[in-house]
Amino acid sequence: MFNPEIETMPREQLRQLQFERLKKTVELVYENVPFYKQIFKEKGLQPGDLKSLDDLKLLPFTVKQDLRDNYPFALFAVPMSEVVRVHASSGTTGKPTVVGYTQNDIDVWAELIARCVAMAGGGKGDVIQVAYGYGLFTGGLGLHYGAERLGATVIPISGGNTRRQLMLMKDFGTTILCCTPSYALFLGEEATEEGIDLINGQIKAGIFGAEPWSENMRKELEKVMGIKAYNIYGLSEIMGPGVSMECECQCGMHIMEDCFIPEIIDPETGETLPYGSKGELVFTTIAKEAFPLIRYRTRDISVLREEKCGCGRTFVRMERVMGRTDDMLIIRGVNVFPSQIESVLLEIGETEPHYLLVVDRQGNLDNLEVWVEVSEKMFSDEVRKLEELEKKLRHEIASVLGISAKIKLVEPKTIPRSEGKAKRVIDKREL
Amino acid sequence: MKVQQISVFLENKSGRLATLTDVLGKAGINIRALSIADTSDFGILRLIVNQPEEAFRILKEAGFTASLTDIIAVEVKDEPGGLAAILKILESAGINIEYLYAFLEKSSNDALVVFRVEQIEDAINLLTKNNVNLLKGAEVYKL
Repeated sequence: MFNPEIETMPREQLRQLQFERLKKTVELVYENVPFYKQIFKEKGLQPGDLKSLDDLKLLPFTVKQDLRDNYPFALFAVPMSEVVRVHASSGTTGKPTVVGYTQNDIDVWAELIARCVAMAGGGKGDVIQVAYGYGLFTGGLGLHYGAERLGATVIPISGGNTRRQLMLMKDFGTTILCCTPSYALFLGEEATEEGIDLINGQIKAGIFGAEPWSENMRKELEKVMGIKAYNIYGLSEIMGPGVSMECECQCGMHIMEDCFIPEIIDPETGETLPYGSKGELVFTTIAKEAFPLIRYRTRDISVLREEKCGCGRTFVRMERVMGRTDDMLIIRGVNVFPSQIESVLLEIGETEPHYLLVVDRQGNLDNLEVWVEVSEKMFSDEVRKLEELEKKLRHEIASVLGISAKIKLVEPKTIPRSEGKAKRVIDKREL
Repeated sequence: MKVQQISVFLENKSGRLATLTDVLGKAGINIRALSIADTSDFGILRLIVNQPEEAFRILKEAGFTASLTDIIAVEVKDEPGGLAAILKILESAGINIEYLYAFLEKSSNDALVVFRVEQIEDAINLLTKNNVNLLKGAEVYKL
């Protein structure tokens, strides 16, 4: 265990710590973030109204739209001169969601990841291959700093280039692999094809996340690679990876409660639900300086468990994310909203675009196909012009989503119209 | 001298062409010439019919994406070098041909070829000046 004092803190003491930190965070945002001052005032609230941890539920929610409305830095609670790093993830339309970190935030995050890697059995002497993407995405750099903090050896290989991944895995003696579970399965298959024996190799664990997966995939991964596969959870708005992580008991992910207060709410009413209920996950950050968030609605559906865990940690556990309360898809670890496709089509002059996202998993890689109905306006009787249109759409969509998609031009009325809300997604993946 | 052609977007899936021709057949539309340009995913069907405006309306009603395009119908001598002679005239004036295809039936002893060019007015003037016979729309529709 990386930090036993914190990770096994008695619940009552932990709640006290949470309350102290919550009060500080609320004061911080009230004084420094005009958005929060305003929504607190609208609710007739002042920081002093927080009398106990349970008063958290009096506070207003923050939603992704608020991040967009305050693009890029208006929700930061410190001057930009204190911000040492920014990350960003794709937003629901055009503009990304931007998050910032002070040096202290980066240090806290590194500690959380160090705890996570330790949960997967990692420590000094381990060789950790970070195959999450490096860059604006929080996955790569997040794991990187935490693994270094732990004293392990990091291979910052980033995503892609499967051959090189396997070569270094073998030559450098990787013991822990970090990437999306679908990419891990793909690596496993490619290794088998190239005659690389992972099962008897040095690799012992995988830290997989950034996209939904299942117990079946876990079994498959553990079998193909001869490893123990751990689930890690996080979202850039809250911190990045490391918001929660499975211990060796593999019975849900321990939420780093000294830094984040989780709640489960009814997504319809916003009412807080007791432990054990299924609902939308909400987080309040209580150890962040640059970009604190109060009751941020993740749209992820899960269940919180408070039963004592065999590992000795006292942090509550969340179950695997079971779905979303919005239409967000995660494709190759990247968040995709159908509305992003719509914004591209509107931009090229379509007034009422009809489109459909078809997601499939071929082998172990996600494939995104975007079907677009050819309207009279888009249509040309020259193949060249239609191919140019396809190319343009492919390019624009790739630049908005950050992942490539195959464009398929289809005839009008091909895409099913359902009554009321249009069906925008067919997800054929079986996890 | 311009002739109206109907272009229709078709996905590459079985039965689409059959459906389309059936729609036209039931409406009493007669096809004079046709060609399909295709890629791996879709095709563009180009049609010369006896009643282009009517056919266009019917296809739209049936849910097809269609457009009307102006083309020229050129009589080409049915002998070696016949088409080359016409292409040479167009090329010398820098007129770009998007595509061309031949008619199913002939109007005379000459072959009839559909040309879609970028500068249609220029092409008409040029070919007429060079004594190439172009058919009028009305002539083509009633062939």
